[in-house]
Amino acid sequence: MYVAVKGGETAILNSYELLAAERRGDPEVAELTLAQIRGQMRLAVARVMCEGSLYDKDLAALALKQAAGDQVEAIFLLRAYRTTLPRFGYSVPVDTARMALRRRISATFKDLPGGQVLGPTYDYTQRLLDFSLAEASAAPTPPSAETPLPATSPRVTDLLGEEGMIEAELPLAGDPVPMDLSREPLRFPADRATRLQNLARGDEGYLLALGYSTQRGYANSHPFAGEIRMGEVPLEIIPEELGFAITIGQITLTECQMINQFAGSSDVPPQFTRGYGLAFGESERKAMGMALVDRALRAAELGEEITSPAQEPEFVLAHTDNVEASGFVQHLKLPHYVDFQSELELLRKMRSSSAKVGVGDTANQPELRATEREEA
Amino acid sequence: MKPNDLPGPSQEHAVRQHWLSELAMAPPGMLEQLLGQIDATGRKPVTSWLRKPQTGLTMVRARAGGTGAQFNLGEASVTRCALQDGAGRVGIGYVRGGDVRHAELVALFDLALQDSTHQAELLTTVIAPLVAARVDVRDKASRQAAATRVAFYTLARE
Repeated sequence: MYVAVKGGETAILNSYELLAAERRGDPEVAELTLAQIRGQMRLAVARVMCEGSLYDKDLAALALKQAAGDQVEAIFLLRAYRTTLPRFGYSVPVDTARMALRRRISATFKDLPGGQVLGPTYDYTQRLLDFSLAEASAAPTPPSAETPLPATSPRVTDLLGEEGMIEAELPLAGDPVPMDLSREPLRFPADRATRLQNLARGDEGYLLALGYSTQRGYANSHPFAGEIRMGEVPLEIIPEELGFAITIGQITLTECQMINQFAGSSDVPPQFTRGYGLAFGESERKAMGMALVDRALRAAELGEEITSPAQEPEFVLAHTDNVEASGFVQHLKLPHYVDFQSELELLRKMRSSSAKVGVGDTANQPELRATEREEA
Repeated sequence: MKPNDLPGPSQEHAVRQHWLSELAMAPPGMLEQLLGQIDATGRKPVTSWLRKPQTGLTMVRARAGGTGAQFNLGEASVTRCALQDGAGRVGIGYVRGGDVRHAELVALFDLALQDSTHQAELLTTVIAPLVAARVDVRDKASRQAAATRVAFYTLARE
């Protein structure tokens, strides 16, 4: 049976216009500007940059406006846009030890050098709706300390490392360039660099849920938040015409170093092992989820028994991408008229053949029988 | 090899590396203002495009655990351009983000600074104020962060 799939053009074009009108909302209310989104919805912008895998606050704000605040849609828009831009090259690896800190906490060391710096966090808020925000108010001026923070602060993991209590994170032999998932497809087994790239652009909700599952006992990883830091790092590249590194700007990053218990093996004494999370912008929940999942995915490497979904690279890495996930789930809305018709035909044949031989009970499906009668 | 242990630039390159970095991190509005100043004193170079501004992507790399194996974190938008002057010097502009004018301003100042007759003067009148402004912005943010530093104290038993 042939099913026409043409004929929706006018409906589609009109839906664009209706969408634009709904996006704009009440014309009596002032239109959102990109500067407002960038400045006052900065955490939404950060998530779109992270999972859109493109650090550009202006483009992320535009994507959020276009998507009417739908994050996954905005992420999709950013991913699609990046494919139109040429690739100039790769940066020098960012050095998070040089981060100009705006937040830095450790759940493992109370008195760490540089101190516990809370920064702009929701952690200690009462989570009561603040109705004063419903009205415009004067810009707040936060308190300022007499002395600034030290220019740089050592990572907690580097302090523990000095005692040999924690595994060292050293460059691989020859410091090879990592595989790039934006150039090559995901293949298994995936090395840690590939896994980290996959997780870095993975869906926050998914990583949060998988990380949570490891805490609830689906992979026993006993994590501590060794250190979380947020601030700005210089972004350096080596332009081909110069041959030396220059800073081309700064980017805001959130880094999470999870520290996990490890019983040791025949080669390695008992020590702490590490899970790593790094995310664009102020994205703490994302960085923490990523660090938990990174550690869980190291199960095979550390000789741990694989018992849980978060330890299965094929399962975890194939489902992190919310652009792919959203596309595949939402494609179910596309016309499947022919597919469905063939299944319906098949079902009818099965039922009529089973009715002829007198097996199977069709009396409890009156609806389908009614349809068949109608068509006859 | 230690992480980020890159071949350093020579002494003459080091000073150019410094100004290119400061120009790229500077607010474009401040560069426009400074360009007006050097234009008024005849220091603005006469230029033509060698490469018109183009926005593209740089893959940001990081290291596992901060110090370990390299991995690709995600891309950042970058705008670049190149200008040349009558003497055959080439000024280049690289900035993070999509601001075409910012890249052009960096290239303009890069050219102006390569002219040895004005270099010392421009390092003082252009680059030094940029450094001071950047340090100020960071100092303010750092003090505000420092105000949220926890001062632990212990309750002693009576």
